[in-house]
Amino acid sequence: MSAEIAQEQNGSPVIDIRDLHTRYGNAIVHDNVNLSVQAGEIFSLVGGSGCGKSTLLRTIIMLLRPASGSIRVFGQEVVGLGYEQALKLRRRWGVMFERGALFSSLTVIENVAMVLREHTKLSSRFINEIATLKISLVGLPIDAGSKYPSELSGGMRKRAALARAIALDPELLLLDEPTAGLDPLSASGIDELVQNLRDSLGLTIMMVTHDLDLLWRLADRVAVLDGGKILGIGTMDELSRSGHPLIREYFYGPRGRAARDQKWKKK
Amino acid sequence: MIAGQIALLDIQPETANANDAVKLYCSGIWTVHGIAQLERQLNEMIWPVAASLVINGSAISALDTSGAWLLHRMANTIEQKGISVRITGLRPEFSSLLGLVSACAVLPPKPTHPKEGIMARIGRNAWFGIESIMGLFAFVGESAIAMMRLAIQPRHIRWRTIFHNIQIAGFEALPIVGLLSFLMGVVIAYQGADQLQRFGANIFIADLVGLTMLRELSPLLTAIIIAGRSGSAYAAQIATMKVTEEIDALRTVGVSQQELLVAPKILALAIVLPLLTVYADVSGVLGGMIMASSRLDVSFDVFIDRLEVAISLSSFLTGIVKAPVFALIIALVGCYQGFQVSGSADSVGRQTTLSVVQSIFLVIVADALFSVVFNWLNI
Repeated sequence: MSAEIAQEQNGSPVIDIRDLHTRYGNAIVHDNVNLSVQAGEIFSLVGGSGCGKSTLLRTIIMLLRPASGSIRVFGQEVVGLGYEQALKLRRRWGVMFERGALFSSLTVIENVAMVLREHTKLSSRFINEIATLKISLVGLPIDAGSKYPSELSGGMRKRAALARAIALDPELLLLDEPTAGLDPLSASGIDELVQNLRDSLGLTIMMVTHDLDLLWRLADRVAVLDGGKILGIGTMDELSRSGHPLIREYFYGPRGRAARDQKWKKK
Repeated sequence: MIAGQIALLDIQPETANANDAVKLYCSGIWTVHGIAQLERQLNEMIWPVAASLVINGSAISALDTSGAWLLHRMANTIEQKGISVRITGLRPEFSSLLGLVSACAVLPPKPTHPKEGIMARIGRNAWFGIESIMGLFAFVGESAIAMMRLAIQPRHIRWRTIFHNIQIAGFEALPIVGLLSFLMGVVIAYQGADQLQRFGANIFIADLVGLTMLRELSPLLTAIIIAGRSGSAYAAQIATMKVTEEIDALRTVGVSQQELLVAPKILALAIVLPLLTVYADVSGVLGGMIMASSRLDVSFDVFIDRLEVAISLSSFLTGIVKAPVFALIIALVGCYQGFQVSGSADSVGRQTTLSVVQSIFLVIVADALFSVVFNWLNI
């Protein structure tokens, strides 16, 4: 598989998942999942609703414990990690949740500044400046900073969540549905932003998405998940030539075709 | 932090020729974790006086947006002093990052807190008070209309929800109500025992315990426990539903929120609170009885005989009559405060607190009014 070839070329992967099994009660969520994400790569997880994409993301960031298997992030085993080491690891990644998960009692700027205040010794004036910079980086108008999350629209909330995720300039960014619920203009704004961040900061990005446009435009590699198993990993081109019926259905449904055609037109 | 892992800045003025540019050498790790020290130093930095200045960034080994912002801000500060600044030697990826940051550069808006005078604040609070009272009246009115609709069309009554509420607010509250009123009976008998013994009036312990518990304490105590237990739960439940837009969803599918959420709670509490009050009467008197037999040698038989004489039916009823009114207050205030929530998690906490404080306050006010009315009627 192409994943293994890439791994040999680039050295140690940022995320390396081996033989992962996860279960909720009796329901098996992941059945022997193997995948690795290379440094500087935009890696995407796709699959139908309820196939365990978000669960996989939550397992990687230590919100859920797997039943068995190993997950290494930056070469560090995250299953059963102690408090201090977990904290060190958590400073190196930023997470954006599907529904934003902004702290509702803080303004947007306080949401971003809080992370900086918690983990750095910078002066509070400088922290405010950086928080403002991040808010403007994600394309929010400057007066949005002093608003509370409940006063923002869904798309703005998502951008604010992204601003908080990149507050500490993490090396790894995990995005759960970054463009879901956004208008096409905002969604392509997020596309550009993610690409910009990757190019200028050398971020590694792992995202869960249903957005086929986003996949064609950004994803270096994509893993298709179904029924707790990985059906295939590869670039969008490789996957769209794959013979697996479920993958074909995913990419050659009416929406899949439209997104793909658009890609060819642009080329 | 170890040297070499932080951001560094060296100034090398070229003394040979006054026209030459002053050079600043940046080195080290210009990242959010590395720049803390330098950032504080820069605030007190005195910049050399020169016509132009070159910032050399060739030795910067890592740069992120925070570091780039510091670099950008530093260059800006120097430029504002009328010195021309050039940044050289940055790696290509770093200079594109610097470009991105300077393109997005905005200064945080000055916090504008218009000073509010004391009159303005009094006015705002008064207006807020009037609004919340009017809101409560409107809410009571809507609930009354919903109750009347239910009375006309009883098939709309949600019995399952009512029974569920009865179980949670009533049955599950039995242990705590029983224990507290038992203890209250013990305390009253204990306090009264000394006084009564001094006059040799031991037997009147039954009057003391019976009257205080039945007329005043058990309705009040039960109502306060239920306000803290169920009133707060009602507020929190409706508040959370409001935040997650479930209330809006209910409206759009044409289900009346009053019928589904408020009426069953009012009905359930109106059934449960009188029953709990009777139960509290019994366990309070039991507590007093046990205390009387151990401290005053008034046996159970004697105590109960005396109780029959001391307590008239009207004494019992004056206590019970209050309970449905208290139930109405608790359910209405709890639900009303739940509906007042807006957006944040903070607001859920605030309204839940308010629901308990207000319902206990109103229960005690209502109790006082009852006393006045009963006094008029000579009951």
